[in-house]
Amino acid sequence: MTAALRTRRLLQDRLFLSTCLVLTSLSLVVLCLLLSSVISQGWRGLIDVEALRAVFAEGRIGRIPDLVRWNFFSEYASRKPLRAGIRAPLLGTIWVCATCMLLSLPLGVGTAIYLEEFAARSRLNRFIALNVRNLAGVPSIVYGIIGLTAFVRMFGIFGDVDRDPIRIGPADSDFSLTLPIGHSVLAGGLTLMLVILPIIIISTQEALRAVPRGLRQSSLALGATLWQTTWKVTLPTALPGIMTGSILALSRAIGEAAPLLVVGIPVFIACDPEGPMSPFTVLPFQIFNWAGRPQPAFHALAASAIIVLLAALLSFNALAIYLRHRLQTRTP
Amino acid sequence: MNTSAPTDAPGVIEAARRGVPRSAESRDARERLIRGLLQLSALFSIGITAAIILTLAWETVNFIALPEVSLADFLLGTNWSPLLGAEQHFGVWPLVSGTMLVAGVGAAFALPVGLVSAIYLSEYARPGVRATLKPALEVLAGVPTVVYGFFALTVITPGLRWLCTALFGVPIFPGYNATGAGLAVGVMILPIVCSLSEDALRAVPRGLREGAFALGGTRFDVSVRVVVPAALSGILASFFLAITRAVGETMIVALAAGGLAHLTVNPASEVQTMTAYMVQIFLGDAPAFGVENLSSYAVAAVLFVFTFSLTVAGNALLRRFQEEYE
Repeated sequence: MTAALRTRRLLQDRLFLSTCLVLTSLSLVVLCLLLSSVISQGWRGLIDVEALRAVFAEGRIGRIPDLVRWNFFSEYASRKPLRAGIRAPLLGTIWVCATCMLLSLPLGVGTAIYLEEFAARSRLNRFIALNVRNLAGVPSIVYGIIGLTAFVRMFGIFGDVDRDPIRIGPADSDFSLTLPIGHSVLAGGLTLMLVILPIIIISTQEALRAVPRGLRQSSLALGATLWQTTWKVTLPTALPGIMTGSILALSRAIGEAAPLLVVGIPVFIACDPEGPMSPFTVLPFQIFNWAGRPQPAFHALAASAIIVLLAALLSFNALAIYLRHRLQTRTP
Repeated sequence: MNTSAPTDAPGVIEAARRGVPRSAESRDARERLIRGLLQLSALFSIGITAAIILTLAWETVNFIALPEVSLADFLLGTNWSPLLGAEQHFGVWPLVSGTMLVAGVGAAFALPVGLVSAIYLSEYARPGVRATLKPALEVLAGVPTVVYGFFALTVITPGLRWLCTALFGVPIFPGYNATGAGLAVGVMILPIVCSLSEDALRAVPRGLREGAFALGGTRFDVSVRVVVPAALSGILASFFLAITRAVGETMIVALAAGGLAHLTVNPASEVQTMTAYMVQIFLGDAPAFGVENLSSYAVAAVLFVFTFSLTVAGNALLRRFQEEYE
């Protein structure tokens, strides 16, 4: 190799490395830009500026002052930006995501267990596994349309949604059922279930696949049945992995607005959800609504709500990363 | 057996009472029941696919059967004006072009950046650097899309307008445009490209790299001329799956791309995507039976065909890649 060629190739290597560094750090830059722009636009909605000023005027912190503007959490949305809060969407998000997880966890983990532990290598089972992977690529708004048709309107079998639905159960109870189920927490939870089911199935499959074969074989050799082995050996071992995947799926459900928008949740609502048949709205949809208005005051509100949403999601992500880290250090 | 024997400690008996069925028959019955329940939950996912396909197909047929719509007009027409004007037109191409424009801008940003980041993370980065960059990408992946929409609306588009004013004296980009939304979509799909490509690169056997180094290759030669070609089908799969997400993305385009459906290839213009049209219809309180409502099902069907074929192709590539290195 001539010296000139060698220099040229080393130069090429160096050049590529610097390109790599610049482009890779781009994601870090974008993340910082995103967070700083949201925080700079929205912090005034969350922090009591007067109280903060008082702290600075005093010069020292005598006792821990209450700096949080709790109004933002306890008020309903309003046409007056200063009085608006996120009470209804925050409660709605909690209700609908809890419903969604209750519905999708058993179904998703069950499907993954079937595919990984029970299913013989038949054509049908291969098709099911492939189908789950393809479902993961369906846009969430399409799930919204299916949710609207199958859950909210129930294919029109029980008549029009907005005119006298059929009521089942005690009339004034929070837990009576109406058919079709309409724009309720239950319909929202079922729709979000469609969105996150493939995510839960795929991550659970991966967690189960990571369990060493020897563990299953020893359990089976001791005379345990397949289900006993799964329930007492495989599942407990895979649990941290399953939890990590489920938390990430939950984060996805918390952040989804498109499918619920199609399902037809209200833009403005001034009551708390009280049961699975209550009307509700969610935080991302409230953010969408505020961000879509022309007035800057509503953009600030959207930014404040985004801070709350991101804080919740980041803590969930941190929990997932911690769980995975513990998992990696425990099983070599 | 003697009850005082050490094997018959109270805990063992208690466990036997609670857990183990009394006979082999009841145990087998329980096993069958559980297997049946699990199989049922697995079949549910097929039910979802069937529900999607049947619902979209049925409502699309209903839409085409309406007197004001024709199949040829829908599939070939270049005029989409379902709400405005005296005469309604339902040619889907303006929505398709808007979607492709936004997804194209996003892909033009995310595919090269994501691939180069993946090469860096897999082939160059020291563990310390990896430990900073990976969480940043994971956080980006966890940010809800409505937040990216807000980011496009309040940072990217104003930034573009400011930049163009500084360079050319005119802002060029209107307040809603395909580039602002497309760049936000690009940021959204960047973590997908990067992590899936990195998985593909890492799956390439060490021996290939060591062979190339032994022949005197630089790190650039090894990663770009050996590892990337070896992982090509996995990388392509990551591209396909990321583009699927870009095509189906809703909240970013609903906030930042505008609402003007017209056939264009100009990335600086205001466009409407398929998803943004659906948002417009469903926000507008469309009645359950009507041409607007049915048109959104037809648009959803087109969107589903696009994304489903991309996903199927991506997953097929991924499977081929995984089989190569098993």
